[in-house]
Amino acid sequence: MGRITLQGVRKAFGSHTVIHGADLDIADGSFVVFVGPSGCGKTTLLRLIAGLEDVTDGRILIDGSNVVGVAAAKRGLSMVFQSYALYPHMSVRGNIGFGLKMAGVARPEINRKVEAAAATLNLTPYLDRKPRELSGGQRQRVAIGRAIVREPKAFLFDEPLSNLDAALRVQMRLEITTLQKQLATTAIYVTHDQVEAMTMADRIVVLNAGRIEQFGSPLELYDRPDNLFVAGFIGSPRMNFIGKEMAKRYGAPTIGIRPEHLRAARDGEGWQGVVSVAEHLGSDTFLHVDVPEIGRLTARSVGELGLTTGDRVRLSPDPARIHRFDADGRAIRS
Amino acid sequence: MARRVSPARICVSTAAAWLVGFAIFFPILWMVLASFKTELEAFSTPPSFLFFHWTLENYATVQQRSDYLQHAFNSVVVAGGSTLIAMLIAIPAAWSMAFAPSKRTKDTLLWMLSTKMMPPVGVLVPIYLLYRTFGLLDTLGGLVLVLCLGNLPIVVWMLFTYFKEIPKDILEAARMDGATVGRELIYVLTPMAVPGIASTLLLNVILAWNEAFWTLNLSSSEAAPLTVFIASYSSPEGLFWARLSAASTLAIAPILVLGWFSQRQLVRGLTFGAVK
Ligand SMILES: Nc1ncnc2c1ncn2[C@@H]1O[C@H](COP(=O)(O)OP(=O)(O)OP(=O)(O)O)[C@@H](O)[C@H]1O
Ligand SMILES: [Mg+2]
Repeated sequence: MGRITLQGVRKAFGSHTVIHGADLDIADGSFVVFVGPSGCGKTTLLRLIAGLEDVTDGRILIDGSNVVGVAAAKRGLSMVFQSYALYPHMSVRGNIGFGLKMAGVARPEINRKVEAAAATLNLTPYLDRKPRELSGGQRQRVAIGRAIVREPKAFLFDEPLSNLDAALRVQMRLEITTLQKQLATTAIYVTHDQVEAMTMADRIVVLNAGRIEQFGSPLELYDRPDNLFVAGFIGSPRMNFIGKEMAKRYGAPTIGIRPEHLRAARDGEGWQGVVSVAEHLGSDTFLHVDVPEIGRLTARSVGELGLTTGDRVRLSPDPARIHRFDADGRAIRS
Repeated sequence: MARRVSPARICVSTAAAWLVGFAIFFPILWMVLASFKTELEAFSTPPSFLFFHWTLENYATVQQRSDYLQHAFNSVVVAGGSTLIAMLIAIPAAWSMAFAPSKRTKDTLLWMLSTKMMPPVGVLVPIYLLYRTFGLLDTLGGLVLVLCLGNLPIVVWMLFTYFKEIPKDILEAARMDGATVGRELIYVLTPMAVPGIASTLLLNVILAWNEAFWTLNLSSSEAAPLTVFIASYSSPEGLFWARLSAASTLAIAPILVLGWFSQRQLVRGLTFGAVK
C-alpha cells in the first residue's frame, strides 16, 4: 500500500516561503509526476515527503497515518537521486543490498533479492564492481535497483534521467514506467521536462512558485488547463495567447490556441499573416507567423506545406479548441 | 591522453628530481653519518664523507648519560595521547560543522584558525604560571593537554575539509535506505572518510612528536620527551657534534620509520579532493 496525502503542507527556509500550502492526494499504485520550471519547489516538496526536510506547517499522511516528525529512515519510502548517490566504497551488490541489511534481513535472503533485482535491471555481470567502474546508465540502474529491492511503499525520483544522453533517457523512461506498472508501487517523479511528464505520468502535478497550479491526467492538462500558467507550460510548441480586440470577440480578456489547432493554408478563411520562420521537422512543420493586430503566432502542420519565410499564409483556429481565460488568468468553462 | 616526452627530457628531469631530493635529504644524512664519527672527525676540515673510522661509541655515551627509552616513552605518550584526545573531540565537531552547519559555523572555524596565528611565546608566561599553580609543570598530563589544545584547530580544520568533500546525497541515501544516524556513521560516513581521518591522525602525531616550544618550556626531566633530550646535548660542556647527532638520530628514528610506512596514506590523504 502506498497512498500519500498532503494537507496544507507549507515549507519556509528562514523567512523565505518555498511551498505555500500544498494539498494533494496520491492514490496507491499511481505514477505521479511533479513538473514545473526551475526553482518552483519540486525537489523541496519531494524531500518533504521523503522526510529529508521538516515541514513548517501541515500534515503528510502515508496510508492514513501522519508521518510528520517520523524520520526518513522509518517512512518506508525509497528515493533515486539525481546524482545517483551510490555508496562509492561498496560493490553493486552491497549498494543494492544495503537497505535490506539495515532492515535486518538474513544474508541468503538478501542475496536472493539482490540477484533478482539485478536480473530485472540487466546488472548481473556487474554485481561485484564498484560504482566508479560503471557507466552513467549502469549507475542509474543500480540506484533504481537499490530503490526497488526494499519493496517500499513508494518510489521517489528526483530528475533521475537528467545526467543521461537523449537516447538513453528515452529508453530508461520506458523501463522505469514498465517496471512501475509491473510492481504496482506508487511513484512520485520530479522533472522539469514536460515530455517526460506527459509520457510517464498517470497524473501530473504542475507547480509554479511553490503553488500547485493543477493536478490531473496528462490529457486533462492538455485539453482543459485550469489557468494560463498550465496552458502555457504543457504542450510544445507553447500555446499561443491572444489578447486585446481579437480576444474580446470570443468574450474573454485572453484566449489561447495550441499551434496544432491552428490550420495553416495558402489561402482561404482565417487570419492573414506573413511567415517569419518556418521550421521543417519532416513529420511536422512549425510556422512562426506575424499576424497584424494579433502578433506572432505559431502553427503546427502535419507534413510539408512548402511555405518559407516571407510567404503569405492564412491561419484558421479550430473553434472547439479555443481556450478562454478571465482577467486573473483562470480558465472560463462554458 | 599521454603526452609524448623525449627520452632525453625524461633523463634530465629524473636527474633533477633526484638532485633536489638529495639536497633536501642531505642534512639528515649528514647528521646520521656524523653520529658514527669520533668527535674529532666530526669537526675535521675538510670533512670526511664515508671513509672515516665508524664507531658506535656516541650511542653508548648518549644512552649512558641520559635514559633514551624514558624520553622516547614520554614522547609516545605525549604524541599519542594528545592526538587521541584531539581526534575524539574533533571528529564530532567536524561532523556537525560539515553536515549541520549553523550561522556561526564559518566564524567559529575562522576563530579557531586565528588562534594558530598568535605566536605561542605570547602566552608562555600566563600558561607557565597556570601550570605552576596547578602543579602541571613537568607532568605528562600537562604536556598532553597543551599539545592537544595547540593542535586541535588544525585537526578540526583538516577533518572538516575532508568531511565537506563527502556528498550529502550519499548520507541521505543511507537515511532513505533505513539507516539510523549511528549506522549511517559506521557503514557510510566513516569508510568514506578513512583516508582523511588517517592522514589527520598521522600528521597530528608527527606535529606533536616534533613540537619543541612547549615541551622544552614546560618540562625538564620527569616528563621530558625526546625534544628535551636532544636539546640537552646542544649547549653544556661545549659542543659535541657527534653526540648531538647520535641523540638527534635516535630521536627522529621512530617518526622517520612511521613516516616511511605511512607515506602513501599521507600523500593520499593530503591530496584528497584535489585530484578525485
Ligand atoms: N536548503 C535551502 N535553503 C534555502 N532555500 C532553499 C533551500 N533549498 C531550496 N531552497 C529554495 O527553494 C526554492 C525551490 O527549490 P527546489 O530545489 O525545490 O526547486 P526545484 O523545483 O527542484 O528546481 P530545479 O528544477 O532547478 O531542481 C528555490 O528558490 C531555492 O532557492
Ligand atoms: Mg530540483
